[in-house]
Amino acid sequence: MKKFRNCKGLAAPLDRANVDTDAIIPKQFLKSINRSGFGQNLFDEWRYLDHGELGMDAAKRKPNPDFVLNQARYRGAQILLARANFGCGSSREHAAWALQDYGFQVIIAPSFADIFFNNSFKIGLLPIVLSESTVDRMFREVNVTEGYYLTVNLKDQTVTAPSGKSCVFEIDPFCKYNLLNGLDEIGLTLQHAEKIKAFEDKQRLEQPWLFT
Amino acid sequence: MQTLYDKLWKSHVVQEWPGDTTLLYIDRHLVHEVTSPQAFEGLRIAGRRPWRLDSVLAVADHNVPTTGRTNGISDPISRLQVETLDRNCEELGITEFKMNDLRQGIVHVIGPEQGATLPGMTVVCGDSHTSTHGAFACLAFGIGTSEVEHVLATQCLSIKKAKEMQILVDGTLGHGVTAKDIALAIIGKIGTAGGAGYVIEFSGSAIRALSMEGRMTLCNMTIEAGARAGMIAVDDITIEYISGRPFAPKGDSWEKAIAYWHTLRSDDGAKFNQVVKLDAARIKPQVTWGTSPEMVTTVDGRVPDPLQITDSVRRNDMERALKYMGLAPNTLISEIYLDKIFIGSCTNSRIEDLRAAAEIVKDRYIATNIKLAMVVPGSGLVKLQAEEEGLDKIFRNAGFEWREPGCSMCIAMNDDRLSRGERCASTSNRNFEGRQGPGGRTHLVSPAMAAAAAVAGHFVDVRKIY
Ligand code: SF4
Repeated sequence: MKKFRNCKGLAAPLDRANVDTDAIIPKQFLKSINRSGFGQNLFDEWRYLDHGELGMDAAKRKPNPDFVLNQARYRGAQILLARANFGCGSSREHAAWALQDYGFQVIIAPSFADIFFNNSFKIGLLPIVLSESTVDRMFREVNVTEGYYLTVNLKDQTVTAPSGKSCVFEIDPFCKYNLLNGLDEIGLTLQHAEKIKAFEDKQRLEQPWLFT
Repeated sequence: MQTLYDKLWKSHVVQEWPGDTTLLYIDRHLVHEVTSPQAFEGLRIAGRRPWRLDSVLAVADHNVPTTGRTNGISDPISRLQVETLDRNCEELGITEFKMNDLRQGIVHVIGPEQGATLPGMTVVCGDSHTSTHGAFACLAFGIGTSEVEHVLATQCLSIKKAKEMQILVDGTLGHGVTAKDIALAIIGKIGTAGGAGYVIEFSGSAIRALSMEGRMTLCNMTIEAGARAGMIAVDDITIEYISGRPFAPKGDSWEKAIAYWHTLRSDDGAKFNQVVKLDAARIKPQVTWGTSPEMVTTVDGRVPDPLQITDSVRRNDMERALKYMGLAPNTLISEIYLDKIFIGSCTNSRIEDLRAAAEIVKDRYIATNIKLAMVVPGSGLVKLQAEEEGLDKIFRNAGFEWREPGCSMCIAMNDDRLSRGERCASTSNRNFEGRQGPGGRTHLVSPAMAAAAAVAGHFVDVRKIY
């Protein structure tokens, strides 16, 4: 996993609730057996006017001028402002990969769907939960402020708006530690291989039917 | 006093990390072709081996064609993904039901069918509908690809314990009202985020009365209520379903297992963070009208009017959904005409679902406006059993197509899909934009309701048809 670095990033607003992972990355792109390259198909059905398939050249496609990420003022955005229950539906980690591959480092929303939330941490994409009213305020500000940059400091757990107004977010200490250090979680778990083996031996005695 | 979830959780703790994250042992790992290739690749790059091969069961389901299987998969990208799974399983020695194996089917259908899903297990799969397996008093939940790799490599996952919700459904369901209607009624009540941060235990007399198929349908859709896992306590119906299945314990081991499995229920008086109650007798057949499963109403209802909604975010969502669905506010649900009918998916493709649909279409014929009506059994074994019971003939005589098992038009990764603007009555679980094909319009219903809609050409109250 990539180490998470503090970031000052341009924010882009996606003003819909319940954005599902089918919308974040439509299923035809899930046929890829690679882990990268999903950014060009992020929000594909909203972002382009023509129908996208795997392997198409993005430069030759028709962008939808009405879609927020296609507006010049949001080019290069690194922070996505979203509404409640972002990332609901399918467990596809491809959704988190696509957001990261596009260039997003942080997603801010009043709430996230559980699996998406988890998947994001595993790849070093930071999902931040802020209160409904704070997110609402940010939506208002980003709409009226061209070049709305937010500063995210993971160590201090703060998000700072251009006005200088700061707010604190909660994060699980285990996730924070892993993000700050860019840890390989599998390696971390394998340090406890003996414990896993001991657990397994006990289970094998008590519930042998689990091991056939 | 412990809840079922407490019991399942405690019996799998390997190690507590600082904070509230816990390293949990995973008993069963189900694998399919879409979310696994990058995980296998990750293992290979790191030079790691799977921790415990006999915990893994693999099957290709999302990409497989439902016709002309002997010709293989024509789409080269889909074919490569399925071949990649085959190759990974062969190389590592993982049990896989290949595309032309009679036991092949949707991953959440074959786990229970084989007895690979057993009470008391932790079950994971790189697929959100892993919640299905909770019907067997398992802690079963979907994971992302990084976690697939983690479980392959370590047999464990680092996760946090969720809050607990009890959904109590008491009373008797009306004739023609099914587990699918309970699921949609619950989602309509608590919303698609209502279960976020929770696991849900379903209980009450109406749940006890459900068959295992019905319980699987209900737990399957827990994820649509935002909860990662749903579960139901063990009873005689559970045990009877498992008995004699290929992976189920036999002999002495079986007796020992049953004794343990009977303890897998919440203790009387155990506390939940939230309790939601529904009266089964008042649940009517449900139909979704929008692009989220919570956008649902009863078959005798109407499409809602956004002008009645004061909250602006919700009103915008509703307007957008109606526009996408091509529906005018206040339209009667029974006046919605359909183009296609899909009976299948891990929600409703088991033998009982097919029987319920066949009962409706028997000696009837699909309406002339229906361009395609298809039945896609959940597995090769479901298909075989249905054929033994003559259900395939009933469907074929009514004008339905009878297909090979797989995910099919639930996700439209193969050739089964809606064209732009087409409207479908579907027994699957998601009505998201584009889910069944770009621009396609999905209405979620039970198998009996889908069958009735096929015959009428529009939605009708199945209770009036029997
Ligand atoms: S049938 Fe649909 S929901 Fe179920 S596993 Fe397949 S694609 Fe997912």
